[in-house]
Amino acid sequence: MSQRNIPSPPMSVENEAFWAAANEGKLMIPRCKDTGQFFWYPRNLSPFTLSNNVELVEASGKGTIYTYSVMRRADPQYVIAYVTLEEGITMMTNIVDCDYDTVAVGQAVELDFYETENGQKVPVFKPAG
Amino acid sequence: MSIKGKAYIAGIYEHPTRKATDLSVAQLHGEVAAGAIADAGISKEDIDGYFCAGDAPGLGPLSMVEYMGLRNLRHLDATDVGGSSYVLHIGHAAAAIAMGKCNIALVTLAGRPRSEGMATGTQPRNYGAAPDVPFEFIYGPTVVNMYAMAANRHMHEYGTTSEQMAWIKVAASHHAQHNPHAMLRDVVTVEDVVNSPMIADPLHRNDCCVISDGGGAFIVVSPEVAKSLDRDCVKVLGHGEAPKHLNSGQVDLTFTGARWSGPIAFEEAGVTPADMDYASIYDSFTITVLETLEDLGFCEVGQGGKFVSDGNLIAGEGKLPFNTDGGGLCSNHPINRGGLTKVLEAVRQLRDEAHPAVQVKDCQLALAHGTGGSIGTRMGSSTVILGRADA
Repeated sequence: MSQRNIPSPPMSVENEAFWAAANEGKLMIPRCKDTGQFFWYPRNLSPFTLSNNVELVEASGKGTIYTYSVMRRADPQYVIAYVTLEEGITMMTNIVDCDYDTVAVGQAVELDFYETENGQKVPVFKPAG
Repeated sequence: MSIKGKAYIAGIYEHPTRKATDLSVAQLHGEVAAGAIADAGISKEDIDGYFCAGDAPGLGPLSMVEYMGLRNLRHLDATDVGGSSYVLHIGHAAAAIAMGKCNIALVTLAGRPRSEGMATGTQPRNYGAAPDVPFEFIYGPTVVNMYAMAANRHMHEYGTTSEQMAWIKVAASHHAQHNPHAMLRDVVTVEDVVNSPMIADPLHRNDCCVISDGGGAFIVVSPEVAKSLDRDCVKVLGHGEAPKHLNSGQVDLTFTGARWSGPIAFEEAGVTPADMDYASIYDSFTITVLETLEDLGFCEVGQGGKFVSDGNLIAGEGKLPFNTDGGGLCSNHPINRGGLTKVLEAVRQLRDEAHPAVQVKDCQLALAHGTGGSIGTRMGSSTVILGRADA
């Protein structure tokens, strides 16, 4: 099955460290050091306290599909999903490298990376092997 | 403090066009304004408040005010919360009127996505510099697959079925057959809906609203102005608004901001969902209606599928007649923002001016609900409760 080309993410001064780590095969997730809570998406201010006392922590890369949809109308088709990470936060992603008809809510998935047009790698997920 | 009874909707107008090849966006705004002004029986020069949202071309209201030659304005509000904006504008206009900031407020909406060939639902939309864009836009979120993901989770948690969601389109089509301006006037069945092409699982083409050009407008006035007009005015009884978002990664797509905007509006009006004779419910997709009905308290959470089934939303048949103009699912969804037209049909019902085939008998209380942005993730919700002038 052909894979939709994922566009390169627009960079900002606020997320350089996240994307640099992605190029090394690491999914870094933000945590508020004031409260100890993870959050999504990466930002330099805690959405819990509005302090900049935040850090990036490497995620395990394990998760489950919270919900998904196969974009049937697109060519090539692709699977958009929200995946809940083992660490408890839910992020948007694509489910790749599988028969799209077998994707299911609650399915265990694992982290992979897709290299976008400019070489930047972005996190995607595939069925846990 | 409350806005209950502090403002009235005095004039409404819906543009009959569904494809405005030869009309500019500004002209559409102007034409719907003229229509609402005429319906209210006021003069353009009487307008001292103007409300619009992101569909107005140019710099907020400034460009439109100049285009329409509005000269006596002393209150402006360009709050943009997507398709819910115009329902929110009623609450803001009523508050402004109650505070003496204006007496006669004009609200307009218009656009022409159909003429411009906009792939509204199926092309990923890039919201530019929004801070979440790098972490979502790259994965291909479109309007339809974002709502599809909400539907999929609702089905997973509550056992909601495609056939149940289809009933919402079926009801809308029963109403649209009586609306000569509706884009889709054929009555459809549950089978028609679930057998229509899959766009993004689990939403079929017939689960989606139409893409249309056009627009609408309404005039909100003070009680004193309402009394002076030779027109049946509709009383604003309550209003609520709420945003809903991704909650820093604690995502829940099974409910909407209506869970918060609804109770605020009902409390202000001093009524309950059971008191509603009619409801205009934002219907970008069937799932939008289903979740909103649950969140507004018309049924228990998770029971929306059962509630909408078997014609329960069809005027003259079911317990809760909804979107009797055919709504966004069948009639129109101007510039992909359906909040304003929701208000218009609620006003028609309260004035006994809906099509006779779908007019609710002795309609005393009605609700209009707007949804903006994308369901469950970055959404605006706004609810108004409206009543007859003597309500």
